Amino acid sequence: MDLLYADTTGGKFLLMFIAIAIFVLVMGAILVIVERIPRAPRWVVVAAFTGPALLGISFGLIYPAIITTRSSFYDARGQNFIGIDNYVTAFTRPEFQQVLLNTVAWTVIVPLASTAIGLIYAVLVDRARFEKLAKTLLFMPMAISLVGASIIWKFVYEYRPVLEGVAPDRQPAQIGLLNQILVWMGLEPVQFLLNGPWNNIFLMVVMIWIQAGFAMTILSAAIKAISTETIEAARLDGVNGIQQFWYVTVPSVRPALVVVLTTIAMGTLKVFDIVRTMTGGNYGTQVVANEFYTQSFRQQNQGMGAALAVLLFAFVVPLIIYNVRQMKKSEEVR
Amino acid sequence: MTSIRRRSVATLATGMAVALTLAACGGGDSDNNNAEEPGGGDADCTAYEKYGDLSGTTVSVYTSIIAPEDQPHIDSYKPFEDCTGATINYEGSKEFEAQLLVKLQAGSAPDIAYIPQPGLLKTIVESYPDQIVEASAGTMANVEQYYAASWKEYGTVEDTFYAAPLGANVKSFVWYSPQMFNDAGYEIPQTWDELLALSDQIVADHGAEGVKPWCAGIGSGDATGWPATDWLEDVMLRTAGFESYDAWSKGELKFSDPEVQAALTEVGKILKNPDYVNGGLGDVSSIATTEFQDAGLPILETGLCYMHRQASFYAANWPEGTDVSPEGDVFAFYFPGVSEDARPILGGGEFVAAFSDRPEVAAFQEFLASPEWANAKAIATPNGGWVTANSGLDPNNLVSEIDKLSFQLLSDTSQEFGFDASDLMPAAVGQGAFWTEMTAWIAEDKADDAVLTAIDAAWPN
Repeated sequence: MDLLYADTTGGKFLLMFIAIAIFVLVMGAILVIVERIPRAPRWVVVAAFTGPALLGISFGLIYPAIITTRSSFYDARGQNFIGIDNYVTAFTRPEFQQVLLNTVAWTVIVPLASTAIGLIYAVLVDRARFEKLAKTLLFMPMAISLVGASIIWKFVYEYRPVLEGVAPDRQPAQIGLLNQILVWMGLEPVQFLLNGPWNNIFLMVVMIWIQAGFAMTILSAAIKAISTETIEAARLDGVNGIQQFWYVTVPSVRPALVVVLTTIAMGTLKVFDIVRTMTGGNYGTQVVANEFYTQSFRQQNQGMGAALAVLLFAFVVPLIIYNVRQMKKSEEVR
Repeated sequence: MTSIRRRSVATLATGMAVALTLAACGGGDSDNNNAEEPGGGDADCTAYEKYGDLSGTTVSVYTSIIAPEDQPHIDSYKPFEDCTGATINYEGSKEFEAQLLVKLQAGSAPDIAYIPQPGLLKTIVESYPDQIVEASAGTMANVEQYYAASWKEYGTVEDTFYAAPLGANVKSFVWYSPQMFNDAGYEIPQTWDELLALSDQIVADHGAEGVKPWCAGIGSGDATGWPATDWLEDVMLRTAGFESYDAWSKGELKFSDPEVQAALTEVGKILKNPDYVNGGLGDVSSIATTEFQDAGLPILETGLCYMHRQASFYAANWPEGTDVSPEGDVFAFYFPGVSEDARPILGGGEFVAAFSDRPEVAAFQEFLASPEWANAKAIATPNGGWVTANSGLDPNNLVSEIDKLSFQLLSDTSQEFGFDASDLMPAAVGQGAFWTEMTAWIAEDKADDAVLTAIDAAWPN
C-alpha cells in the first residue's frame, strides 16, 4: 500500500503511470467489448462511450456543485441550517457590496476593453508588412501566467516617494517604470495600487494586457475570412476606411466578437490571481473569487465561501447560455 | 483499422487527462524525510530513557515553518531520534492553516501539528473533537514545570489542555540605531510619554531634513494589516491593562468600547501623525503599501527614520552582516509602558497539538516541551532568530543579543504576557476584519468609529 502514499517524485510518477495504465486498460476493455458484440443495441454503445465522461462530470462537477449549494445555506462550520443568511450578508454588508460591485466592473470593463483593443489592432495590422511580428507582440502576454504578469505589473506600478526636505542623494530611488516616467516629467509619483477607485482600473489593465492578444487572434482570423467580393462591393459603393470598419468588418465578424466577449467575460469573473498577487484584495479592490477563497480557507467560514461561489456561478450562467445560443445561431446560418 | 487506432489514441488521451488531474491533487508540499538509524551518535541519552525504545516507529510533523527555518527544527529532533530510534517525518507548508483543516476533514491528520494561533486550536477542538487528542501526562508535567501559567492557558480549550507551547516571539520591541541615538544624544524612553516626547524631539531636531521619528509598513500579501493589529494590541495592553485586554481578546469587550477606542486614538497619535511617519517611505498612506519586511530598513539605509516597532523576528530582515547588538548598527528597546513599572509583553508562539495517542507521538510531544528540546533547538540555530518561553533553556545557548533580550523578557514572570489577541480571536475577525479594517484605517483614512464598528459586525454570533 506504500505505493498509494508515494512521497518521492519518482514514486509519484510511478503512481501516475500505473493510474494511467489502469485507466487505459479499463477503457480499452470497455470499447473492445462493445465492438465485439454483434449488433449491439444503440443504448449500449451510447452508454459505453458517454458513460465514463458522464461519470467524471457528475463526480467532479455536479456532485460538488450540489454540495456547495447546500453548504451555502449552512453556517461557518457547515453544521446548522441558517437559510439565506449568507446571501443576505453578501448583499447588505458594505464590504461585500463593494466586492460584488468590483466584480461587475471587472466583467464589464475588461471584455469590452480587451475586445476593442484586439479588434482595432487586428484591423490595423491586417495585411501590413510586419503583420506577423506585430501580432506576436500582442499575443505574447498570453503565454505569461497571471501571477507572473501580476508581479511584472506590480513592479511597473511600484511607488517610491519624493520626500520633502530630503537631500537628493538620500531620496529613495524610483524602481517603478510608470512613476519614474512621471518623475522625469516633473510630476509627483502616484500610489497606483492604493487610491480607489482607480486602483481597480490599474489591476484590470493587467487582465486586458493578457486578453487583448487572445481577442486579436480570433478576430484577425475572422477578418481574414471576410470574402474579398464583399469588400470589393463596398469599395465600389465608395465607402471610406472608417465606414468599411463599421458597416462591413464589424457586422461580418459579429459571431466571433460575441464569442470573444463572452469568453473573456467568463475568464474575468473568475479573476483571482491578479488581485491576490497585487493588492491581496485590500484598498477596496476585492473581487468575488478572491473573497470566496479568503472566506473558505482563511476565515474558515465555509457557508459564506460557498454562498459566494454560488453567486459567481449565478453570474456566469447567463453568459454561458448566451454564448451557446449564439454559437447555435451562427451554425444555422452556415 | 484507422477508426480503431484513432479511438485508442482518444482513449489514451482521456486517460492521461484524468490521471494527470489525479496526480495534481496528490502533489504539493515539501516533504522532508530524514530517516536515521537509531543509536547513531554517542550523545548522552539518559534524559531520553523514560521514552523507552521506539525503534521502527514514525511520527509525522506538519508545520507552517518552511525553508530555510525548517532545517534547525529537523536538526533539533536528532537527539530524540538517536536515543529512542524513532523517525520524525517533517513537512512544512506555506498553506498550513488551510491545509491542516483540509487534512482533518479528509481524516488524514498528521501525528503532530505546530499550530501558530490558539484561535485555530479552538476551531479544531470544536470542529474535530474526535481527531485531536489531549496532551500526554508527560507533556503537561513539562509545561507546568517550565512555562509561565498563562502559556498553559493558551494551549487549553474549555478546561482541557491540548497543546504545549513551542517557540515564542516578543512583539513589544522598537528597533533603532544605537549609533544614531548616541550621535543625537537621545536616551531610550522608559514610558509612553517619554516615547512621544522623544518623537517630538526628533521632529524638532531633524524634521527640516525630512527625517521622521517613525517608519512603519503593514503590507504582507493577503495578510496585509497584521502589523497594524499588533500596534493596537500592544498599546491596548498598556492603556487598558491585562484584564481588559484578556476580555477583549475573548470578545467580552467590544471593539467599540471606550477602552479600545482610547487605545486606537493613542496608536493614531503615532501612525496617523504626518509629522511622525513615514520616515524614508512617504506619507501616512504609504504605511499600507510598504511591505512589513522593508519598513524598518530606512533606519539603516538612509537614516531618514529613527524608530520602527516590530517583533523580535524582524532581526532576520536586516541585511546580511548587520551588527544587531546594543552597541551595533541596530538593536531594539522595549516598547515602553504607561509607567516605568508596568512592563507588559505582547508576543506570540506556536503550540504542539497531537492527533494520535500512539506512545511514540505522546513521547515526542513531551520531548518538544522539555528543556532538552529547547536547548537542542537553540544549538541547532547557529544564526539566532529563535527563542522560547521554556525556562529550562540555558540563555548561553542563544547566540544573538536580541534573542537573549527576548528570553530575558519572556522569562520575567512578574510581568503580564499578552498573547497576540488577533491570534486568539475567531478567524473571521483575527484573520479577517481586524486586518482589513486596520488597513482601511490607514490606507483610506477611515474614521476610528467606522473601523471599530465594522470589526464588531464581523464577529460571529
